[in-house]
Amino acid sequence: MTELVAVSASPGWSGKSIAGARFGAFEPQAILSVAPFAGAGAEVSQALQQATGLPLPEVGECLGTDAAGVIWFGRGQAMFIGPDPGRFTQAAALTDQSDAWTVLRLEGRRARDVLARLVPLDLRPSAFAQGQSARSELGHMMLSLSCTGADVFLLMVMRSMTKTAIHEIEAAMENIAARDAL
Amino acid sequence: MRVEGKGIVNRSAPLAFRFDGQEYQGFEGDTLASALLANDVRLVGRSFKYHRPRGILTAGSEEPNALVELGRGAGKLPNVRATVQELFEGLEATSQNRWPSLRRDLLSVNDLAAPFLSAGFYYKTFMWPRSFWERLYEPFIRRAAGLGALSGLDNDEVYEKAYAHCDLLVIGSGPAGLMAALTAARSGADVILAEEDRQFGGRLLSEEEQIGWQPARSWAASVIAELSGMANVRLMARTTITGVYDQGTYGALERVALHRPSGGWAPRECFWRIVAKQAVLAGGAIERPIAFAGNDRPGIMTASALRSYLHRWGVAPGRAVSVFCNNDNAHRSARDLAAAGVEIAAVIDTRADAQVAGDFPTYTGARVVATRGRLGLRQIEIRHAGGRRRIDSDCLAVSGGWNPSVHLTCHTGARPVWTPQIAAFVPAPDAVPGLIPAGAACGVFSTAGCLAEGRRAAREALKALGMRARQISLPEAEDRPYAIAPFWHVPGKGRAFVDFQNDVSVKDVQLAARENYRSVEHMKRYTTQGMATDQGKTSSTGALAVLAEATGRAIAETGTTTFRPPFSPVSIAAMGAGGQGAGFAPQRFTTSHDPSLERDAPMIEAGLWYRPSYFPIKGESHWRQSADREVSMVRNSVGVTDVSTLGKIDIQGKDAEEFLDFVYINTFSTLKEGRVRYGLMLREDGHVMDDGTTARLGPDHYLMTTTTAAAGLVMRHLEFVHQCLVPHLDLQMISVTEQWAQFAIAGPKSRALLNDILDTPLGAEDWPFMACGAVRVGGREARLFRISFSGEHAYELAVPSRYGESLFRLLTQKAEALGGGPYGMEALNVLRIEKGFLTHAEIHGRVTAFDIGMGRMIAPGKDCVGKTMAARPGLNGPEREQLVGLRPVGAVKQLSAGAHLFAAGAPAVRVNSEGYTTSAGFSPTLGSVLALGFLRNGRARHGETVRVVDHLRDTETMVEVCDPVFFDPEGGRVRD
Repeated sequence: MTELVAVSASPGWSGKSIAGARFGAFEPQAILSVAPFAGAGAEVSQALQQATGLPLPEVGECLGTDAAGVIWFGRGQAMFIGPDPGRFTQAAALTDQSDAWTVLRLEGRRARDVLARLVPLDLRPSAFAQGQSARSELGHMMLSLSCTGADVFLLMVMRSMTKTAIHEIEAAMENIAARDAL
Repeated sequence: MRVEGKGIVNRSAPLAFRFDGQEYQGFEGDTLASALLANDVRLVGRSFKYHRPRGILTAGSEEPNALVELGRGAGKLPNVRATVQELFEGLEATSQNRWPSLRRDLLSVNDLAAPFLSAGFYYKTFMWPRSFWERLYEPFIRRAAGLGALSGLDNDEVYEKAYAHCDLLVIGSGPAGLMAALTAARSGADVILAEEDRQFGGRLLSEEEQIGWQPARSWAASVIAELSGMANVRLMARTTITGVYDQGTYGALERVALHRPSGGWAPRECFWRIVAKQAVLAGGAIERPIAFAGNDRPGIMTASALRSYLHRWGVAPGRAVSVFCNNDNAHRSARDLAAAGVEIAAVIDTRADAQVAGDFPTYTGARVVATRGRLGLRQIEIRHAGGRRRIDSDCLAVSGGWNPSVHLTCHTGARPVWTPQIAAFVPAPDAVPGLIPAGAACGVFSTAGCLAEGRRAAREALKALGMRARQISLPEAEDRPYAIAPFWHVPGKGRAFVDFQNDVSVKDVQLAARENYRSVEHMKRYTTQGMATDQGKTSSTGALAVLAEATGRAIAETGTTTFRPPFSPVSIAAMGAGGQGAGFAPQRFTTSHDPSLERDAPMIEAGLWYRPSYFPIKGESHWRQSADREVSMVRNSVGVTDVSTLGKIDIQGKDAEEFLDFVYINTFSTLKEGRVRYGLMLREDGHVMDDGTTARLGPDHYLMTTTTAAAGLVMRHLEFVHQCLVPHLDLQMISVTEQWAQFAIAGPKSRALLNDILDTPLGAEDWPFMACGAVRVGGREARLFRISFSGEHAYELAVPSRYGESLFRLLTQKAEALGGGPYGMEALNVLRIEKGFLTHAEIHGRVTAFDIGMGRMIAPGKDCVGKTMAARPGLNGPEREQLVGLRPVGAVKQLSAGAHLFAAGAPAVRVNSEGYTTSAGFSPTLGSVLALGFLRNGRARHGETVRVVDHLRDTETMVEVCDPVFFDPEGGRVRD
């Protein structure tokens, strides 16, 4: 029988660290888009809660842990990230997005400074703290950014642009490390 | 020369540097300007138009004269202000705008020709003959005039862009800025304090005075020490706020590593976008010169610059210094220098009643009327009550008063307001929402006044932020009144410059007025005053005062020009940081990218995507050989190509079918599950937006495909239609483009290839043309569509992207075993031209469904986006240019896209154009070049011979007009 081999969007890449920031891949088991049909928000939230332990997030919110989380992803849309809950409801449009988005993780006390090179959002802890999420841009790429810990960020970029995203973040890290050394 | 015991440079850290090849020594903390002056180098550059010798006028970013080139090679920086550039070990600077050398500049003959080069000279002198302008006059003028030059090489140095956010942005760190920052920071606001200098303190660093019990400089240091320890404060030194934009957005340029040799990862500069809820403009004021004959010689500088060089850098810019002024403030320069042991040759005050205290010759009611010294000031000539007098002096400090730095308050359109008491413009009230000017920037010039202003501005800002201001007391400080009597220029013979950087003199302004350029805006453009890189920071008020006088108006009535961003020049490298080379745009790679590169496929960019152009095999030396082979391969056996870049939109919901009926011109509600249909969608204006296929995967589940280029556009359009036009429809959609790697498998042997890799082979009767459904490959879920963009029996197979590379390798390998292989964009294009299939070369935004022969696809029984507008007169009929096929019939066979069509006998001129070609290529299948194009009333003209003329490529071909479907018009092969 035919055998298909899975290849990641950034084969061979193992992340990067500078003083104060660590950057690496975050490999979820599955990513599932959940978009409730008209008027079904509460029902879907309940179903999701039953299936995964997490309700639908409010606008601009992310919930959960590294093992299973749910991220607000736009108008009427959320992304569940974790073990595939299957088709847990008929009241929402579900699509498999496991291979569509690359999830990257940036953490450390300089993480905000790295992001400030590429993301126009106000990322001061007072404005963007743990549990918050936003759709924005990373350089010229579209981005979903979630703050999942005090200085921990999950970045989601389109799979095809993974190499550019990694390149840009690593360059920003290099710049910061070099500034610190001045 | 250096003055012992003065200045705050680090005298234990000497730095070697070169200027025009000569080696000198300075100290850590020096600017290039202070180091040059310390070495008695006064001649630094040549002026813009007359190539007159120029020196250092100021000690700050307003410097108009002392511009140099820094470094060499690709990283060479032109027009660097010597007064801003910090010294570092090994710094190399060269003077600009001179040939062959700074001391002997041949173009200084321009200075002798000055009578012919007055304001507007090029409008008058170079009128005739007209054709000489572009070829002779302009290139000559451009070469003769000008400042520094770019290297012309690609710069590979690192630059950076970044964002910052705060509650309060404080611009400038003099007494007002420091007090504002301290008040706001202690009250808990998030503060950014931006200072363009390397060191915080502003004017306090350049004066000898007390604040409270300590020297002003120490007070500044203690405030900075407190601020730097606070978590809610960000101190940004070497950062110039360059522009004010809407909603509290400020542009800023940080000189990150320009004070160091080039190299490494540290950015040279960083361009910041700072978003601040409130801002305090504490940018201080700029001292303005007085115009008098010969006022531009090296050695003449502003009075405040003199104090800066003395107090900050321990430099006396001359040995016999004189001061020329119209205000008390400038007397400090004479007193401070005298106290430091420097000889004061004279203090010349224009005011008859001026009180000058000091042990030096004083002349009141006096003027400087001439200066001497070829490459630097040697002597001045003054006129006073006692007559004329020549005074030997190698440095003249001039002060015509101070101009508040109102620049940023003008950036959103406000005009500054004239204030007679200080003879200066101050910011217009509420010039920029949320930007509060304070201190010298709004005309308060004493240190005590500035401290109070800073606190006042911070309190205002805090109130606007909804925060309580903490109590903070003001330390005692200098509080002398600002005594000034306006004085702008000394009348008389000889050129008196107002704008040093663009060589504009008092006479030029007067000439402009005489020639009726009386509006300040007209005068500015006629004389070019204020239009140099310094934006007239030291010249604008003086020039319009001269204009006011020449036109017999008051200054308030004359008005002022305003300032635009940037406050001081911003390098394009900083604004475009990260955009060099491949950084210009994100790169999107398909999952088959690496295997394609392994096969030496050249990549072409399709939007942001990289797609293989063709796959060369051994023995092929030209792309056409590869493309021809790949086309034949698809027609005769099987070819594989990556089509993942096409947009895929998953649409679900009970009203999805109604939605599709509304966005497509044809009907989708009748599409059966497991089937695919071609669809065409229009824009609201009735023109074609995009085409593609949509598959019905389930009762309420569709998968739409779009063209690669329009994937984002269509998604946006669908969102708009759903949110704004049919919000009552219950459906959800999301892009799944990136989720699926999809490959076309095309050719007579495509089914054989598929059956070799699918877990369950396809049944003989299953999977007719336009069928779709789920299959399994290697135990993985996959989607199969029997669709064709080549006209052959073909499929598209989609797997989750992680398996894309693996599947591509497998498919190409199996295809090769069947006599086929991978094919690229060139072959794909030829295959679709042979079949008359469309791309955005044809549906380019100006065509209707009627034009492309699909007018009748617009279903009569339903409404759709664009339907009404498409029915407008003029969009359907013989007057339209309609899609046709074109094939050569004469001796010339060459056809190209973009050529125009003309009737056989008509001259090939614009008015006779009857259409154009959109796509062309050689068809190995038919052994002919083929083209698609649009021809007026084309469908009725099949069989006619027309001329195709490509004026750009200079080709002409006679072609026969035919049906756009050249190959297999019955479509038997695709159904086979």
